[in-house]
Amino acid sequence: MMRRMLQNLTPEDLPKVAEAENAAAETFEHTIHVCMAAGCLSQHSDQIKQNLEHQLQERGLQHCRVKGVGCMGLCSAGPLVSVRPEQTLYQSVTPGDAPAIVKSLTSDSEPVNRLVCPTDRPFFTQQTKIVLANSGEIDPERLEDYIAVGGYQQLAHVLNELTPTQVVDQISRSGLRGRGGAGYPTGLKWGTVAKAEGPQKYAICNADEGDPGAFMDRSVLESDPHRVLEGMAIAAYAVGASEGYIYIRAEYPLAIKRLQTAIHQAERAQLLGRNILGTTFSFHLHIRLGAGAFVCGEETALIASIEGKRGQPRPRPPFPAASGLWGAPTLINNVETYANIAPIIARGPEWFASIGTERSKGTKVFALAGKIVNTGLIEVPMGISLREVIEEIGGGIPGGHRFKAVQTGGPSGGCIPAEHLDTSVDYESLTSLGTIMGSGGMIVMDEYSCMVDVARYFMEFCMSESCGKCVPCRVGTAEMYELLTRIVQGRANSNDMELLQELCDMVKYTSLCGLGQGAPNPVLNTIRFFKDEYLAHIADHVCPAGQCQFEAVAQEVQS
Amino acid sequence: MTQSAPALSADEKRRRMIIGTMRRNGYAPDALIETLHTVQSAYGYLDSDTLRFVARELHIPPSKVFGVATFYHAFTLKPEGRHRCVLCQGTACYIKGSQGILNAVTKTYHITPGETTEDGEVSLLTARCLGACSMAPAAILDENVVGYLTPERTLAALEEWKKS
Repeated sequence: MMRRMLQNLTPEDLPKVAEAENAAAETFEHTIHVCMAAGCLSQHSDQIKQNLEHQLQERGLQHCRVKGVGCMGLCSAGPLVSVRPEQTLYQSVTPGDAPAIVKSLTSDSEPVNRLVCPTDRPFFTQQTKIVLANSGEIDPERLEDYIAVGGYQQLAHVLNELTPTQVVDQISRSGLRGRGGAGYPTGLKWGTVAKAEGPQKYAICNADEGDPGAFMDRSVLESDPHRVLEGMAIAAYAVGASEGYIYIRAEYPLAIKRLQTAIHQAERAQLLGRNILGTTFSFHLHIRLGAGAFVCGEETALIASIEGKRGQPRPRPPFPAASGLWGAPTLINNVETYANIAPIIARGPEWFASIGTERSKGTKVFALAGKIVNTGLIEVPMGISLREVIEEIGGGIPGGHRFKAVQTGGPSGGCIPAEHLDTSVDYESLTSLGTIMGSGGMIVMDEYSCMVDVARYFMEFCMSESCGKCVPCRVGTAEMYELLTRIVQGRANSNDMELLQELCDMVKYTSLCGLGQGAPNPVLNTIRFFKDEYLAHIADHVCPAGQCQFEAVAQEVQS
Repeated sequence: MTQSAPALSADEKRRRMIIGTMRRNGYAPDALIETLHTVQSAYGYLDSDTLRFVARELHIPPSKVFGVATFYHAFTLKPEGRHRCVLCQGTACYIKGSQGILNAVTKTYHITPGETTEDGEVSLLTARCLGACSMAPAAILDENVVGYLTPERTLAALEEWKKS
């Protein structure tokens, strides 16, 4: 069935579209959700969807339908398929399972027991979903689906009933802080850009998710792109921006495609572009592709990259809020930050502020990966303990191994050892352990991971991603990498350890941008919690984790 | 009756794609990275003639174009092989043994990341993170994201290319 694309909507149309969509949905007895996010898609979920559709047609089940949806979270059990309204979740589905699943829909049939994924586990019951509320529920490629769950109604509400100052005030009162890593209060940032003078202002979405081991933003953009667009449009109205850019890494082709589709749909429906929803507010949104440079996650480097230049940061101040893209006042927020905006407006800042801790409000999306049973995407309230995240939601360490550390914050973060597992997940607590909240990558390690080598791994990353503009970062990371290499190869002496710590201090306090300032963190933090391992490498030429191979390397050095 | 236009040479087609990108962006100098993306996908690499052409069209000094082309990892200045193998070196993949896979491939094919085998068959590349952490260790083999790799499985997949 071909449907007309939504065109030129007015605020009154939104509830009507939603009502029509929901009425149409009710005519179906069963809806089969198939995950079409990158993880499941790479395991042929598109084929599963096709086969299910084919089976429905063959059996003449017109009261059932198949819907491609976004990420359902438990990526390690993919491809995932969920049957509604029963909420039966099937795991590790193959295209060949389609007939059995469709057969189970016919009256008095049992679910396909061999595929059932139990959902009464902490992974499903202990999450609080705000950002991911629509992920796995709606079809990310259909605007109507997003409108049916109340989408764009907050934009309509803001444009017609609130002044920009009121919007900034609501975001400030919610206590939302930037989800990109640093945790700067979002309301404060919006207020600064709103007050800045200038004929032209810009709103930018930082979707250059560079931290290795983090895939939250990719998943949000693949699963619910309109949510981010709505948040950006509300932000643009609040700060007075008429042009916007989404800077996204070229490594995420599916997210780019879905964003392009979403922007196109929103423009047709007058939800973006000129005279949004029939008001005088206009906001034009463009996509800019990154080209594989980690430093472009830094805001001034990102701006340089949008301007078509090399992605090198510049000293701040002036901050982008005063002088950003092409010298104009510019608002930069992360994908997850924008995704939080519509729910805050919808349910009120007090509701949002009631979730989390005193200084960290709301929820945080994490990408759980590494040596953990349940890898995938989770959203938890701030203030939850790391132990709950890893042992309960994550399901612990597979294969009866022992938990050693969890890494947060990517190359600017650090490793948290077992004795600090009861730490609360919030900006301040994580900083006090020498790591950072970061964008949300959480990588679990067991006893087979050598912490010195982990530090070396991140230093290699920072060294090769250093843009080369400032000396402390360019030379310091290379020197620290060399020292760490000597340690893992058993060639270091105790002076090297001292020198390493000295260098950490110097690079941390004299580098130009966050990349260099954060680069020593993995070293400082592992020295703090795993000093024994460093000493074992240096003094005894032993790697307690059994990962570093001294002999093999020694031969290489000789030859 | 319309007469069909004479068939374009492959090179002319690619040139038109590049011009198309520049035109879409109004020949603005800030569209340089977008344009280089098009060049990269049309030719598989950035050749110096095309870089000069882009510099001229966008009114940017060739030195700046070269600076941008070499700054970003997504751009390569050398042609790639018939097949590409991108091994993810992200944290999750690292924890699950991506280093072993990289070692196996470099040893077997005598190439380091960024290089192509002498017969022009296989290009080896590394990625910072593919975002496929749930199936670590992961790689992109030609266009497909493949997960749960071991050194053996990776070598076997590369061996398949030789046969085809």
